[in-house]
Amino acid sequence: MSISDRVIAIIAEQAMLEPSDVTLDSSLEDLGVDSLGLVESIFAIEEAFDITVPFNANEPSAGDFDISTVGAIVASVQRLIAEQS
Amino acid sequence: MKRVVITGAGTINALGTDVATTLEAMREGRCGIGPLEFRDVDRLSIRIGGQVKGYDPEAAFTRQQLALYDRFTQFTLIAARQAVAQSGIAFDDALALRAGVILGNSGGGMTTLDENYRSVYEEGKNRVHPFVVPKLMNNAAASHVSMTWGLHGPSYTVSTACASSNHAMAQAFQMVRCGQSPVMLTGGSESMLCFGGVKAWEGLRVMSKDTCRPFSANRNGMVQGEGAGVFVFEEYERARARGAEILAEVVGAAMTSDACDIVMPSKDGAARTISGALRDAGLNPEDVGYINAHGTGTAANDKTECAAVADVFGRHADRLMMSSTKSMHGHLIGGTGAVELLACIMAVRDGIVAPTINYDEPDPECALDVVPNAARETHVDVALSNAFAFGGLNAVLALRRAE
Repeated sequence: MSISDRVIAIIAEQAMLEPSDVTLDSSLEDLGVDSLGLVESIFAIEEAFDITVPFNANEPSAGDFDISTVGAIVASVQRLIAEQS
Repeated sequence: MKRVVITGAGTINALGTDVATTLEAMREGRCGIGPLEFRDVDRLSIRIGGQVKGYDPEAAFTRQQLALYDRFTQFTLIAARQAVAQSGIAFDDALALRAGVILGNSGGGMTTLDENYRSVYEEGKNRVHPFVVPKLMNNAAASHVSMTWGLHGPSYTVSTACASSNHAMAQAFQMVRCGQSPVMLTGGSESMLCFGGVKAWEGLRVMSKDTCRPFSANRNGMVQGEGAGVFVFEEYERARARGAEILAEVVGAAMTSDACDIVMPSKDGAARTISGALRDAGLNPEDVGYINAHGTGTAANDKTECAAVADVFGRHADRLMMSSTKSMHGHLIGGTGAVELLACIMAVRDGIVAPTINYDEPDPECALDVVPNAARETHVDVALSNAFAFGGLNAVLALRRAE
C-alpha cells in the first residue's frame, strides 16, 4: 500500500467511511472528523510510519504539518518520513 | 443555615513551601515553571512543569511514614500541618468526633504507580513493596490527614479531574453550612510529575512545550504543576467565639455538569456554574471584583471561559478582574482549585490581585481585564474561583472579605 493509501485508510477508519469515499481534496471537517478524531488520526499515523508528528491541538495550523486537506496530510507525512528516516 | 469561614491555610507548590512564600511569588508575578527533573525525562517531548524543587521528604517525615506516603500524600500533610497550626484549632474529643476531611485528587499515587510498574514491567521484578496499594489509593491523603489529627467525622476524596479541589471544598462548605460538621479540613493535592504521568498527558497534544500563557493570543497549551492546598473551614460563630483569625468567608458554591463532551469545555456549563455560585451566595454580579479563572492556557478553555463570564456578568464583565495563576504554579489538576483559592483569599483579605503572567498579546476572544503580568492593589469584596474539568464537571466557589 502506498503512503497515500495508508493515510487515507487511517482517516477513513476515523471518519467511519470507506477509503473510496475519502479523496485527497477532502478536508477533515468535510469528512466529519472532529478535534479528538484528528488527535487519534495523528497518533495512528505516527504508529503506522514510526514518525513523530509535530502537532499541538492548541494551534493546529501552526508548525509545518499541514492538515488543511487529506492530500496536504499525505504530503506532510511523506516529508516527515523522508526527514526522519 | 450556618456561616462558614476559613481560619487556616497551608500549601506547598512550585511557588513556595508555605502560604506566605506562595502569595509573595504571586504578588511579584514569579514563574514557578521550569525544566522537569526526574528519571527518563529525556524520553518526553514535554519537559517543563511547575515542579516542587528543593524539597527533602526526609526532613518532613520519618522513614516509616515515607513507606506509606506517596508524594501527593506528603504534600497534603505538609499543607494540612500549616493550616491546622494557623487556625489554632484544638481537636478536643467532642470536636474530633464530628470534624472530617474532604480532599480533591485526580491521579492518586502516580509516582508510586510509575515506580512499581517500572520495576515489574521494565525490570522484570516479581515482588513489589507491601504498601503499594495503601500508598497509591486516591483516598490515602484524606485518610492520613484524618489519622494525623484523630478526626472521626466524614472523610473522603473527591475525584473530578481539574475540578476535584473545588468540588471537595464545595462539599466541605455545604457540610459546615448545614450543621453536619462544625469544622472540615478541605482542599486537595496532586503529584503527576513523573515519566508516566507526563507521558499520558503528552498524548492528548494539549501541553505547551515552553510555558503557560493564559488568555494571550499566542498561548499554546497547559503546563502541569504539583503540590497541595489545605484549608480549615469552620462554622463562623465557633471561630468567633474562640477568637480565631478569619482569612475569608465562604459564601457560596455551585456544581454542574455539561453532559456534553469528555474534553471540550462548554460555555453554557461554565456560565450556569458561575451564576449558580452567585445565587447560592445571594450575590449580585456587580458584587464580584475578582475571578480566579480556570485559565488553563489552552485555546479551547480560555475563550470559552471568557465568553461564559461575559454572558453572566454583562457590562460588569469589563469592570471585574480575572486572572489565571496557573501561569505561575502550573495546572495542579486535582489540587489546582486549592492553590488557586489562595489567590482569592489574597484578593479579599489583602486587596492584592494576582496577575496572569507570560501575557504577550491580546486575544479578541479573551477581551477581559486579565491582570496582565503585574499584580494589582485594589479593594475586592467578593472573589470567585472557577474550575471546569475534563468530563464537563464544573465547580465554582465564592469568597467574601471577612467582616
